Amino acid sequence: MHELSIAQSILEIVLREAEKQKPARVVAVGLKIGALSGIYADSLEFGFDAIKKGTPLEECRLEIEEVAIRGQCHQCGHVFDVRELLFACPLCASGSIELKHGQELDIAYIEIDEETEDWHVK
Amino acid sequence: MSKTIELKKKVLSENDALAAELRATLGEKGIFSLNFVSSPGSGKTSLLERTLRELKDELNITLVAGDVQTENDANRLIAAGGEQVKPLVTGGSCHLDARMIHRLLPEINLDNTDLFIVENVGNLVCPSGYDLGEDMKVVLISVTEGDDKPLKYPSMFRRSSVMVINKIDMLELCDFSMERVRENALRINGDLKIFETSCRTGEGLEEWYAWLKEQVKQKKA
Repeated sequence: MHELSIAQSILEIVLREAEKQKPARVVAVGLKIGALSGIYADSLEFGFDAIKKGTPLEECRLEIEEVAIRGQCHQCGHVFDVRELLFACPLCASGSIELKHGQELDIAYIEIDEETEDWHVK
Repeated sequence: MSKTIELKKKVLSENDALAAELRATLGEKGIFSLNFVSSPGSGKTSLLERTLRELKDELNITLVAGDVQTENDANRLIAAGGEQVKPLVTGGSCHLDARMIHRLLPEINLDNTDLFIVENVGNLVCPSGYDLGEDMKVVLISVTEGDDKPLKYPSMFRRSSVMVINKIDMLELCDFSMERVRENALRINGDLKIFETSCRTGEGLEEWYAWLKEQVKQKKA
């Protein structure tokens, strides 16, 4: 629901980064989105595509990696994938779990194209 | 030639940094803080009204009342005897963020606060990702809603420490199973502390107050 404001935050962070990389151009942004982040990837892409127009990131695409939910049991220490929203340890059945993955909303990387600007100079 | 540059930056890093600052400020003063979340109409304001009215002689409670469009909730809380109630109208935004709370801080007397409560906008999706610097999130659910809500909104129930099941005086009129909601909530978060309350009859409120007072005491220690 608030994917547009998340897209805006991504745009601002990447624009600042793009400024540092000049004259190279940012052509892609790699995101990691956890299954429990509350963010819907399609809506985020839709929002990002709408707001990038008219900015230096107009040609930039999102590369979204969805991250599965992974937990660690507080009782026995077992690390496991949380399936079908069952947050319980498959070994000892404890429901006291620490989340290791699944809440990510991270910009993992940017991809820059170093030749774009040089090409015009030549 | 294209090149990949690692960034490893949280999209909400600015929010998280402000939230950390808020948490430190409240922590230094020994103030216990809660972020109240729920669907619209679960009874956040009603529970806070009664809490303010019935604990005002024992605790100094500061309340930030988030609302999308009106100051109605803040007015209700002031009428309930809240001495330090700040309305926070988002003007359409579906969640509160740490910057909004941070901006209000200069208007708040923290030296005269034992318990700092933020009443978030009624929404079980968007507020889940925004840390407001609170010690705990309290998620409310009422028996007029579905008992499968924890499964529909796992992110919120996972990030909450407390669940209040409200409007239990209406239980007989609803197809809501107390057993199922507990099962669903604990499946998502086995560490959830659960209260059952009715703000109309007052049932279950004594336990809620006792818990609140204990948390405030522990934070001050």
